[in-house]
Amino acid sequence: MELLVASAVGMLTACGLYLILRKRTFPVIVGLAVLSYAVNVFIFASGRLAIGLPGIISEGAAGYTDPLTQALVLTAIVISFGMTALIVMMALGSFLETGDDYIAMEDDETSDEGSDEDKEGAK
Amino acid sequence: MNHWIIAPVILPALLAPFIVLVMRHDLSLQRIFSTCGTVVLVGISLMLLYTAATNPPEVYFLGNWDAPFGIVLVLDRLSAMMVALTAILALLVQLYAIGTSWDARGNHFHALFQFQLMGLFGAFLTGDAFNLFVFFEVLLIASYGLMIHGGGAKRLKAGVQYVAFNLVGSTLFLFALATVYSVMGTLNMADLAVKMGELPPGDAALMRVGAVLLLLVFAVKGALVPLQFWLPATYSFAPGPVAALFAVMTKVGAYAVIRVYTLIFPPDTPATGMFFADLLLPAALVTLVVGAVGVMGATGLARLVAFAAIGSMGTLFIAISQFTPEAMSAALYYMIHSTLATAALFLIVDMVQDRRGTDTTRGSFPPFAQHGLLSALFFAGAIAMAGMPPLSGFLGKLLVMDATRGPDMAMIWTAILITSLITIVGFSRAGSQVFWKAYATTTGQARPEDKPEGLAFAMVFALLAGLVALTVMAGPVTDWLGETSAELFDRAAYIDAVLPAVKE
Repeated sequence: MELLVASAVGMLTACGLYLILRKRTFPVIVGLAVLSYAVNVFIFASGRLAIGLPGIISEGAAGYTDPLTQALVLTAIVISFGMTALIVMMALGSFLETGDDYIAMEDDETSDEGSDEDKEGAK
Repeated sequence: MNHWIIAPVILPALLAPFIVLVMRHDLSLQRIFSTCGTVVLVGISLMLLYTAATNPPEVYFLGNWDAPFGIVLVLDRLSAMMVALTAILALLVQLYAIGTSWDARGNHFHALFQFQLMGLFGAFLTGDAFNLFVFFEVLLIASYGLMIHGGGAKRLKAGVQYVAFNLVGSTLFLFALATVYSVMGTLNMADLAVKMGELPPGDAALMRVGAVLLLLVFAVKGALVPLQFWLPATYSFAPGPVAALFAVMTKVGAYAVIRVYTLIFPPDTPATGMFFADLLLPAALVTLVVGAVGVMGATGLARLVAFAAIGSMGTLFIAISQFTPEAMSAALYYMIHSTLATAALFLIVDMVQDRRGTDTTRGSFPPFAQHGLLSALFFAGAIAMAGMPPLSGFLGKLLVMDATRGPDMAMIWTAILITSLITIVGFSRAGSQVFWKAYATTTGQARPEDKPEGLAFAMVFALLAGLVALTVMAGPVTDWLGETSAELFDRAAYIDAVLPAVKE
């Protein structure tokens, strides 16, 4: 089972990293989501792998498994879910505003355009 | 148990939803409540600073659970200092945003601002590594909203880059924490510090992996080369006051490095030794060089200041990488200076950009409103940032250089002195292009009317006054910071406060 979990984490991380290095926002967001799956499995495994054991100490069971990693992974899932939702909204806003979904910015590095739009927005 | 320790986290956490839910349609109410909240936070933080200065580290047990099992907040001199610095900076930046009506250019500025403060204060106060991750996420998610405040195509695009970069950083943080947890079975920082001393040699390699992953995460936050790529675009496209507040965000990375690598992995740990110092120093030197070259090559004022901020993080990390009490107190002095100087410059650049319509240093534009006053302010800010006398940047660099008289002295001194020169040249070239060249093109046209933004100017003056005060009071301040860094290297006091049972 260790091999299965370890290779799953490895595969997910590799896929996530590959997708993050793409040029468009959609694959990057999918890559971030895949990467967060990888880290969730990894956190879960950091409390040691055990089969058929409860997360609390009880007299009926042979032992118990670490409950803290389950709490940690729950927190991590909630946070990564929220963050994914947020980056989807921002990427959508950026796509609608600029008309393309490339991650890279153009070479023009002065922020004058931004301030012009601010003024229009303020009117 | 001192209940005031949790107040800097609770107050903004309650105020922000209140602002969103009750007064989202009334900007002036938002301004009043948010400013009052920040003023109260400044008061509380100064009180905590006084408490921390007169007492040993104090601990707040959340839910009154004992330390390794529950989450703790720890108030020591370092965390109190960071909280006070953040609170004061936040008040000035917030009043600037109100004075320039930046907060009216989009929705929910004040609510996001309070959430940002909650995350910052929590990150500085927490004594638990996983809780540090949670507060990092709180401050990041608020910063995503603030970063794209006001909208605009370029700002949104820069915002997406910033979010993507930081999401990768957060994932890395989780990998690091899980690795540390799998070795140690705890994430309480004081407990980690105790258990690090009893680490079986077989686990040392895995622990080093976890510790280096953590260092990478903090390097992302602290904009350390090669993980600085998010910073220039983020800072130059963020709204001016938000960029000024972000001046303290890179310092969160520096704070976390100081906290974790003096408390959990101090240089005398057998398993790690000077390993982290050896990693930090080259990265910090390259960061300093990249910052200076960026200042020289930037074609916009905002980008110029962003690269100067990267360079100042390089100087800061050089001092941290020494891991000696003297160098740490120099690092803390430089950290206060660099936060105030970066914030002041971002506000000045924002005002220039607002009046001139662009911040480019190429081409020439006619003089703009309050041209002379703003050029004088930029001059003062540039002197502080580049580290020239008489302002505190000079003293800060002097302290850093004085504290690095080790085997690497030749390399460090060369890097600091040469990059200072390059930064001075970069700033003077940009300043003369923007402020002096304007007079070359005047063709008798009338000067634009002055913009009556007294409050905003007052805040810039207040930040510069802070730098002057830091220079004038350098003696007492460095004495106090010396005690602070002595407390950091005396780990027993911190551990005893969090885990009273260990001593028995």
